[in-house]
Amino acid sequence: MESDESQSEWIPLSLRPEWADVRPVPQDDGPNPVVPIAYSDDFAETMDYFRAVYLADERSHRALHLTAEAILFNAGNYTVWQFRRLILEALKTDLHEELNFVDFVARENSKNYQIWHHRRWVAEKLGTDAMRRELEFTKRIFSQDAKNYHAWSHRQWVLQALGGWEDELAYCQQLLEDDIFNNSAWNQRYFVVTRSPLLGGLEAMRESEVRYAVEAILTKPENESSWRYLRGLYKDNAKSWVNDPQVSSVCLKVLTSKNNYLFALGMLLDLLCLGFEPSQELKNAVDALNYESDPSDSNLAKTVSSILEHVDPMRVNYWKWRGSTVPHKRV
Amino acid sequence: MGELAVEKHVKYVLSVEKRKDDFESVVMEHLRMNGAYWGLTTLDMLGKLEMVDRDEIVSWVMQCQHESGGFGGNIGHDPHILYTVSAVQILALFAKIDVLDIDKVSNYISCLQNEDGSFSGDMWGEVDTRFSYIAICSLALLHRLDKIDVEKAVKYIISCKNVDGGFGSIPGAESHAGQIFCCVGALAITGSLHHVDKDLLGWWLCERQVKSGGLNGRPEKLPDVCYSWWVLSSLIMIDRAHWIDKEKLVRFILDCQDKENGGISDRPDDAVDVYHTYFGVAGLSHLEYPGLKPIDPAYALPVDVVNRIFFGK
Ligand SMILES: [Zn+2]
Repeated sequence: MESDESQSEWIPLSLRPEWADVRPVPQDDGPNPVVPIAYSDDFAETMDYFRAVYLADERSHRALHLTAEAILFNAGNYTVWQFRRLILEALKTDLHEELNFVDFVARENSKNYQIWHHRRWVAEKLGTDAMRRELEFTKRIFSQDAKNYHAWSHRQWVLQALGGWEDELAYCQQLLEDDIFNNSAWNQRYFVVTRSPLLGGLEAMRESEVRYAVEAILTKPENESSWRYLRGLYKDNAKSWVNDPQVSSVCLKVLTSKNNYLFALGMLLDLLCLGFEPSQELKNAVDALNYESDPSDSNLAKTVSSILEHVDPMRVNYWKWRGSTVPHKRV
Repeated sequence: MGELAVEKHVKYVLSVEKRKDDFESVVMEHLRMNGAYWGLTTLDMLGKLEMVDRDEIVSWVMQCQHESGGFGGNIGHDPHILYTVSAVQILALFAKIDVLDIDKVSNYISCLQNEDGSFSGDMWGEVDTRFSYIAICSLALLHRLDKIDVEKAVKYIISCKNVDGGFGSIPGAESHAGQIFCCVGALAITGSLHHVDKDLLGWWLCERQVKSGGLNGRPEKLPDVCYSWWVLSSLIMIDRAHWIDKEKLVRFILDCQDKENGGISDRPDDAVDVYHTYFGVAGLSHLEYPGLKPIDPAYALPVDVVNRIFFGK
């Protein structure tokens, strides 16, 4: 967890002249701790000095350096970060410098809540000045971990608070080209399409996005994310979902391929339950997948749910329930 | 697969991190309050809470409280809502909530509510639906929900609902099983579950079960024992727990045990920790594994503890 750079040159604080006037304060763990803690010596000493400056509320340069050392030992310590912010405020430190420090710490700890919280605090103070840098910073994190939840939240905040929407759709596209299963990138795409001030909103984007989603589905029909994205494009508009021929046609294409057709069946079932009238082709495609149940069942939705019970046994209860709620066929 | 190694897990929780010079254990110092909650709740589910000294723990917990009313992760650490909920839960476990100055704690929590109904975790203002849950759960346990604007709190949570039926940390953030637990839990506690699209969310949640039987937290992510808790609790709260394959999930959790030294890990053959031990045992409790105390899916405390608090018995 620690960086090698800081370790090789590390001198115990008790041997540093600038700390000679400080009496370290050990952690009081209380009697017979439930979760006893073992401390490594160097870290323990650093924390003892930290406690001393913290208790003395010493907002000095050396205290700032000390918080950096403590953070490099353990980036998760909430109190150290909080005290660091108080010092930064008191010293009116250049906050661009502070971003450099966070860059460094984040290289090893990109899933740590404290870092993101701190970064956000700094970026908020810097305002639009920080926009490019923050977008680049999150990109760098995504090049290592494209689903980092903290980084995505941070990026969404940057876009909404500081701007930088221009390239975001293209960036989502690029991430999805790298990994079409990346649900975070799909979520971001939806975020951009529905919230970007530059694109005109979901209604304006629907046509082109449906095309994009359909293409993604046909590439990998087993991708939960692209199917959910397609459904999301018809938010609050189930009627146009049911009536859009592109939707039934992507279902048909996947079903006739007879491969990875689980989500296609699921969506077809949704459509049928909402009154969709299937073509003969679709009926035939479903029948061709039906090895088990009675082929003469005139209710296609029932047939679909019973196929799903067989091909997705882990969720058999869900599909059984779906089958039980299929509306009765009109006579 | 074998059975739940109850005795080993008890021993593990009691001896956690006694090893010296273990960096991972140093990292725990600041969140000892959370660690204590995970460890103690695990012991209680296993029927072994009497093995710890209740008075000593209660006295340590109280030493972590600040003037502000909030609790730190350890003695001398700054307060945060994350540690405050664990402190309240620990006191609830021991039927010791009465040692608290309830108004002081609930004032600390209610002051963290923002204009839009959301909650910050501390004075620095980070917002997250996790904090909404924590605030609502803590205040409910303290019988002080009237101290916040519940309607606004619920409205904010609903603004974090996504088209897939799930919830994220803030509006627009990706659905994530941990965040879903927090949002559904907060809505359950405040009697607002009618805002949840139960069938759609239930399907999303049961899609989290992968071939190995384990549950993941988002599409295409690896399964992890802790999601047994986040996903399963959410499914129970919305009455859809029968939509997953319970037997397969039991097997997955049992496969994550260290049968020699006790403890449960995130995935088979990984290193154990007290966090995943708690979530593994809690998951098994939800799955009605024999010999475990039932645990409440919303309050994350044993059902008898919750009943004592709300029904006086
Ligand atoms: Zn986990």
